[in-house]
Order: sequence, then structure tokens, then C-alpha cells
Amino acid sequence: MANNELADKDVLIDIFTRADLIMQSDIKFRQMIGAGQLQIVYYPVRGQEVVSSAMMAAVNQEDYLVTIYRGLHDQLAKGIPSKDLWAEFAGKMAGTCKGKGGPMHITHPETGVMVTTGIVGSGIPIANGLALGSQLDKDGKVTVCCFGDGASNIGAFHEGLNMAQVWKLPVIFLCQNNLYSEHTPMAFATSSDSIKQRGEGLGMRSVQVNGNDASAMYAAAKEAVEYARAGHGPTLIEAMTFRFHGHLLGDTSHYIPKEEMEQAKKDDPMPILRQQLLDIQVSEADIAAIEAKNAAIIEEASQFALDAPYPPGEEYRIDVLDVEIAA
Amino acid sequence: MTDKPAEIMFAQACNMAMAKAMADDPKVIIMGEDIADEQGGGVFKVTLGLSEKFGTDRVRSTPISEQAIVGAAVGSAMVGYKPVAEIMLMNFITVAMDQIVNHAAKLRFMSGGQTTVPLTIRTTTGAGTGLGGQHSDMLEAWLAHVPGLKVVAASNPADAYGLLYSSIMDPNPVIFIENTPGYFVKGPAPAPDHVVPLGKASVPREGTDVTLIGYGSSISRCHAAADKLAEDGISCEIVDLRTIAPYDEETVLKSVAKTKAAVVVHEAVRNFGVGAEISSRIHEELFSELKAPVGRVGSGYAPVPFSPAIEKAWMFSQEDIEREVHKILG
Repeated sequence: MANNELADKDVLIDIFTRADLIMQSDIKFRQMIGAGQLQIVYYPVRGQEVVSSAMMAAVNQEDYLVTIYRGLHDQLAKGIPSKDLWAEFAGKMAGTCKGKGGPMHITHPETGVMVTTGIVGSGIPIANGLALGSQLDKDGKVTVCCFGDGASNIGAFHEGLNMAQVWKLPVIFLCQNNLYSEHTPMAFATSSDSIKQRGEGLGMRSVQVNGNDASAMYAAAKEAVEYARAGHGPTLIEAMTFRFHGHLLGDTSHYIPKEEMEQAKKDDPMPILRQQLLDIQVSEADIAAIEAKNAAIIEEASQFALDAPYPPGEEYRIDVLDVEIAA
Repeated sequence: MTDKPAEIMFAQACNMAMAKAMADDPKVIIMGEDIADEQGGGVFKVTLGLSEKFGTDRVRSTPISEQAIVGAAVGSAMVGYKPVAEIMLMNFITVAMDQIVNHAAKLRFMSGGQTTVPLTIRTTTGAGTGLGGQHSDMLEAWLAHVPGLKVVAASNPADAYGLLYSSIMDPNPVIFIENTPGYFVKGPAPAPDHVVPLGKASVPREGTDVTLIGYGSSISRCHAAADKLAEDGISCEIVDLRTIAPYDEETVLKSVAKTKAAVVVHEAVRNFGVGAEISSRIHEELFSELKAPVGRVGSGYAPVPFSPAIEKAWMFSQEDIEREVHKILG
């Protein structure tokens, strides 16, 4: 793989635009939760912005995404409008799911976001089903299925990857390896040295990449997407990354050695990507304009989420089955 | 007319329902362990001939991976397919409960109605043949307790045909429970266009003294008990729920309002069973009109035993139904 080559300028700008929106959104969520303006359980994504942004830059809006409860970066990168997303995080009727899913269950079929699951590993078998539909329909779509390193220790991972490989389904399994499953370091609870090895053990095309390197991540993503669209089957991408703010907000990351965290922050993918843009002659003014535009989007979306009305309580009787449940 | 009407077996009825659904709608696909003809057409041959007729794209044998099977059904259902997932035996559903309970049942709700999961899970179970503790449990009460799932159990081949077709075409996730010992029981063949709507009970026997409420494998025993009780001058009405969740409360309450006595009968363990819910609802609505508290018949509080001697003692029976009716009618 051409890990050392920079992606095209337009691609890097695209990745940066998505990643900056994610970074600023994450900061804003943490501020608002800290200030008591939002009362939600929040799984911070700071540090993992580039993985998602590069992956989603390599697919189309109509391609499918299945992700997990730490999914804000995937959802924004895939293109869910910020207003809809913020309103759902706040439990409002104007949210993507009328407030009935919440942060852990974001769904937005218009941008291909089909499932966000709160159960580790459970998205993998469902991603196969979406991809099976594409394979039978011959619609050329691929399904991106995101999960963490911890998910490779649950049975659904092994059942799901095996079936995907046996059926040659057009899925990209994107393992965002941030080295910690909740509070447990990977080496403590994972028997293999890498997640890639597990994919290889299942006979699947498997690659490991520095997910925080926009160009390398994009190249790996693009290759996997092309492989799937050509009908060759799935790829497991193990994208190495890190998270800076705990498993969930309020977690002090006491289980992460200080030096490891310091090094990770030195390797923060966001300033690196920003510098890369400057290096390839994107002007400071152009970058600042992207950042300002994202800030405005977030300002509008967060205010909208606060102001929007809650759904009526009776909404619980709707969408259980196809017909309304009697009171 | 002296011609005996054509009869078919329960397993054949299920096969015919799937064949009709597949012929009617190209989005109907089937997956499960060993279900394609090359692998034998299913361990109980319920899918025999379907892959030959409709191809292995649409009739797919799978790895032994219940989570992956149900997950593939959930995902394909979300993008326009009407998948039928065969889970060989109901106990194996335990392996896929996360996909069924956390996903199939909830995705419509959690997405605010943006995604739907019109899948059918066919599975079989039933005691009485010495399969022991992990191949014959009746787990319908677990599933009926989950909002968003429909649970169906037919008691005869014609209903199996009509109910399975409706289950496949239903826009909600449906668990269709078949009965292993009942696969080879024959009954009148349905007309090809025979459809039984979900959520509608039937009253296969009318009576005046007591209502026996059951479904699936309990109905044949209810009929036998009703015949015996008639000799004692007790007239039984039978309500066959056909759909366990959501069940046809109107038909149940109407029948019990007439007979003023009821016994709920199922093969599942009696404690915390479907009978508890139905009995409770009858008490809530008709308490002051009842001749006696609602009776319940079910199997014992134990895993299904292997030895025929213990299995027989554990399992609900025709005699249990008769005894319960005599008990409540005094």
C-alpha cells in the first residue's frame, strides 16, 4: 500500500472538513454536558476523527453504515445533517429518530446510516444482511461496519466475519482500534497481537493501517471499497487510533499510563492533518473558513436542539409495530 | 360426496406456504442451516425442493451461526427483503437472542419508524420424543414479552399454511413456532389462496360450560379432553389463539363471557407462562362474572427430562386438562 503518499488535495480538504466538524462537535458536546445544558451519556470521539472522515470520504452517501454507540464521528463523517443529529442527541421530536433512539441508536437512511447499536459487536451480523441485499440486488452499494477492538472478542464478530467471507459480501469491516475496550488495555484481554490477524484467520483480506494518517487511511479505505464493489468480498481494516477523553464522559482514563496518553496527544491527528493542508498550499484563510463554517453549523445545530420541543409522551405507542399500540 | 378430502402433513403445509410466498414475491428469501437441497432440504425436510425451484441465491444454507443468520435476516429485511430465517430448534434461538430482542424487535421503534424489519424466524420444538433438555423447550413466553415481536403457533396444517404465509408478508418481525412431533400429523389440505390473518384466534369447537384456551401443540389435547369431558356432561368451547402475541383478546373475552369459566393450556412450563398473562387479563375484565378462578395447565417446573418415564410425568397432558376443568367447575 502506498502509505507514504499524500492523498489528492481535494480529498485531504474533504477529510479535514469532515474531521474538523467532528472535533468541534465533540468539544461542544462536552462543554454543554459539563455546563448542564444536556443530560446525556456521551462517548467522546476526540482523537478518532480522521479514521471515520477518511473512510466516509471513500464511499458514497447511498452506501450503508452500521456503527456503535461511540459513533458521533462516523455519523457526522457519513453526512447526517448536524441539526437532525443534535436534536436526536437531545431527545427532541425533530431528531433523526423522533427522540426515540438517542445518541446510542442514531439512524438516518437518507445518508445510509442504517443502524447504530449499543451492543458491542452486534452490528456485524446486520451489516452482512444489508450487504446481502446489495449483492442480490446488484446495486453496487457497499456497507461500512464500524466497531472497536473490544468487539473482536465477542462471538458475533467471528460468526459475522466468517459468513461475510463465505458469501463474499460487499462489506468493509472497519475496526477502529483505540487500544482500550472500555477500561481494559488490548493486551490484557485480546489473545492475538492484532485484530488483522483475526481477519486473516477467517480467510479474509485484512489490513492494518495508521488510521490517524489521513492519506494512509483513505488509501486503505478506497482499496477496500473497490475490492468490495468489484465483487471480491469483504475487507477487515484495522485502523490504529486513540481516544483522548475516556470511555464515556466523566471517565478520567486513570487506567491509561500517563506517558501513553501524552504520546497519543502529541500524535493528535487533527493538527497533523491541518499542517498537511498548509504544506500542500491550502491557505490559512481557506482552512480558517472551513473551521468557521463548521463552527457556525454547530452553533446553529446545538441551539436548535436546545430550543426544539420534546416529543409527546404518547409517542411511545407508535413504531412498536406497524400499527399504533392501544393506550 | 364420498371422496375423502385431501390431507397434508404439517411440514408439507409449511413448505407449500414458503413456496407460495417465494413465487408471489421475489423479495422472499430463506436462510438456515442445511436448508438447501444439496444439504438435504432441512433436517426435517421442511424446505425440501425450494432451492431447486428458486435457486440457492434465494434459498441459502448457512454456517452454524445463529447470530449471523438472524443478523443477515435483520439487515436484508431493512433493505427491502422479506427473509425467512430457519433456526433449526427453538433452543438455538438463545444464541441469537441479542439479534432478535435488541435489534429485530427494536429497530423500527428506535429509528422512529425509519427502518423496519419484516423478517420471519421459523423454528421448531416440542417435547415427547426424548430429545431432552436442550432440543425441546417452548420459549414463546420470553418472546411474547418483547414489545415489537409477533409470535405465532399453528395447531394444524391448514392454519400453518395460512399463518406462515401471513407471517412472511407481515411488516413486523414474526417468530413462527412449529412443533417437531407435530410435523407428521395430517390435516385437511388448504386451498392454495388460503390465508389466516395474524392476531385472529379461531373457535374450532363451540361449547357452553368452560373455555379451553390454547395454541399450537396444546390444541389437539384440548380436543381430546373436550371429547372426554363431554361424556361427563361438560360442554367445552376451544379457543385456538394461533397468534400468541399480540393475541386476540376480543375472541378470548367473548368466549369466557359466555362460558364464565376458562382453563389456559400450553406445553410450556406453567410458571410465568403465556397462561399467566391470559388468565390475569380474564380476571381483570370478567372477575365478577366467573364461576371460578381461571385454571392453568402447563408442564412442570424443570428442564425437559430425557427418560420417557420422567418426560411423561413432567409434560402437560390431556388428563391434566380434564382434571383442571373438574377442579374449577367443582
